[in-house]
Amino acid sequence: MWEYTDKVRDHFMNPRNVGEIPDADGIGEVGSLACGDALKLFFKLGPDKKIADAKFKTFGCASAVASSSALTEMIKGLTLEEAEKITNDDIADYLGGLPKEKMHCSVMGREALEAAIANYRGLPIPMAQGEVVCECFGVTDQEIRRAIVENKLKTVEEITNYTKAGGGCGRCHEQLEEILREQRHEIREEPVAETGKRLTNIQKIKMIEDVFEREIRPALRKDGGDIELVDLDGDFVTVALRGACGTCKKSRLTLKEYVEKKLREQVLDSLIVEEER
Amino acid sequence: MVGTPRVVYMDNNATTRVDPEVVAAMLPYFSDLYGNPSSMHTFGGQVGRKIAAAREQVAALIGAESEEIIFTSCGTESDSTAILSALQAYPEKRHIVTTRVEHPAVKHLCEHLDRLTGHKHRVTRLPVDRDGLLDLNQYEAALSDDTAVVSVMWANNETGVIFPVEEMARIAKSRGILFHTDAVQAVGKIPINMADSAIDFLSISGHKLHAPKGVGALYVRKRVPFAPMVVGGHQEQGRRGGTENVCSIIGLGQACELAQARMEDENGRVRQLRDRLEEGLLSKIPNAIRNGHREQRLPNTTNISFEFIEGESILLHLDQYGICASSGSACTSGSLEPSHVLRAMGVPYTAAHGSVRLSLSVFNTEEEVDFVLDKMPGIIAKLREMSPFWQSSHKGAVGGANCPCE
Repeated sequence: MWEYTDKVRDHFMNPRNVGEIPDADGIGEVGSLACGDALKLFFKLGPDKKIADAKFKTFGCASAVASSSALTEMIKGLTLEEAEKITNDDIADYLGGLPKEKMHCSVMGREALEAAIANYRGLPIPMAQGEVVCECFGVTDQEIRRAIVENKLKTVEEITNYTKAGGGCGRCHEQLEEILREQRHEIREEPVAETGKRLTNIQKIKMIEDVFEREIRPALRKDGGDIELVDLDGDFVTVALRGACGTCKKSRLTLKEYVEKKLREQVLDSLIVEEER
Repeated sequence: MVGTPRVVYMDNNATTRVDPEVVAAMLPYFSDLYGNPSSMHTFGGQVGRKIAAAREQVAALIGAESEEIIFTSCGTESDSTAILSALQAYPEKRHIVTTRVEHPAVKHLCEHLDRLTGHKHRVTRLPVDRDGLLDLNQYEAALSDDTAVVSVMWANNETGVIFPVEEMARIAKSRGILFHTDAVQAVGKIPINMADSAIDFLSISGHKLHAPKGVGALYVRKRVPFAPMVVGGHQEQGRRGGTENVCSIIGLGQACELAQARMEDENGRVRQLRDRLEEGLLSKIPNAIRNGHREQRLPNTTNISFEFIEGESILLHLDQYGICASSGSACTSGSLEPSHVLRAMGVPYTAAHGSVRLSLSVFNTEEEVDFVLDKMPGIIAKLREMSPFWQSSHKGAVGGANCPCE
């Protein structure tokens, strides 16, 4: 059973603004029956160019209905410029939070709003411009990149929670890893926002070496392999695999599934392990 | 509303109420008769005799001999033990035949066999048709000299569809292949007689038949090679180590005896209740589709898809009335895809997302069925009112794929 907040339950059991606006100024449609959730959003502008009325129709689970209901309440009275600034996080916050696996419901709300505004302005839908990465759920690279940046996503699993990409057949997982790496490179300059423990590079190197020595090397040596720390740049840990690991086809998997996981658990959960090229 | 029941429990394929008679049988063995059945003293020995009696009770329900019953911790342990044991019996054979609609206990085990055994295995997953049935010609064609074991569920947990495991086991036997069936949904609901059967391994779960959670049993046919999975003491004649879960084993024995006595009620009254519920829902609600073959099915289960709406939403509305059910929708599965069983049957996504399973037991009443029949149409209508796929494409009450308006 999902842990929904009282606000989610309330907006699900008593959804606000269900219906259609026959002479709507903007209509946005996202999702599909096959995907398991879909939202059709309508808005009508008043003489003051503010959103005078908003209505929705949603097919989906409780959090999809609640996100839609919340969205319509949030945008009423706003200008389009103000409404545009609403992020999926704002929708989730309005509802007192959503289970992490359900964050894609808030993303769907935000995308329907964007689609409706684009529809009003006669522009193409921004998120549909990208290239489809996840074919199961029709998610484009643009949607994925934005979700990574805005929500500071660190793993493929988080991408799936926020966008559904990668939640079907799983064939796009490698591509998602690639996008994740690219985006994380771009935002690497940003200072770490949370206060937690801030480690100096020397501290990090020492801790990484410790984990290597204590856990990772003994395991790799059993299979005739070894690992060396080559460089550390912010969160990026460059390593070289030696011995049997150097020629093993599964070495990439070892790096991501094993080495990176261990380092994230024991040193810093934002570390990204890469192989020396 | 006056007389509204607090909980209308129609999720008996998920788990069942422990029968009060079962509880009563178990109670003395918690703090009065707490001896270890393996002990040499009379105080422990009397517990050992009670376990022997429970083994007789379980064996009687499925027409087996008591030494063919091994107590385990759950249905999943029974499944793993049987399949891994069969693979060890034929270490040179690397092929296993199963179906696309197995419970995760078998499905995920088969996906992880290579890691567990250290050998590469080939797994054939037999498809099912729109009614959820297997094609026996396809089954025979899938068997090969390399096949070590066949594992096919007796009855499906989501749809209740029954597979012809008896016939399939005979075919396997004629080819020298071991046969396992996950019968956790079938035992206690339909008659089973292992004396006339070719099945080698059969899994039982306590909590599906009014015994407690955390106890199960594995039937292993006499003279079938067996390798234990839980290795330890000499309990269960060395076939499953670990001190016995005494109270629960006694409970399971009692529950099996009760199930035997209630078999007629289950297949008579419960079946009628299920039919009344199903026919009522299908006739009152447009665009409702039964999933699973109408006749070849457990007497207690109905699985219905309500098109154009999503299952989790239906469950939460039912929950407001205390009605407990489950769904094959993506949102309830914890994944983003709807149930693998409904997908294997080719149920369109439009319907799979809106599927609801109601599973009854001997504790359900006609009033409860009428209560659900009273509440469900309003819930479905309310959610459809909100769905962008309902009125936009279909005016009026017909709608859906069969709508003449298209």
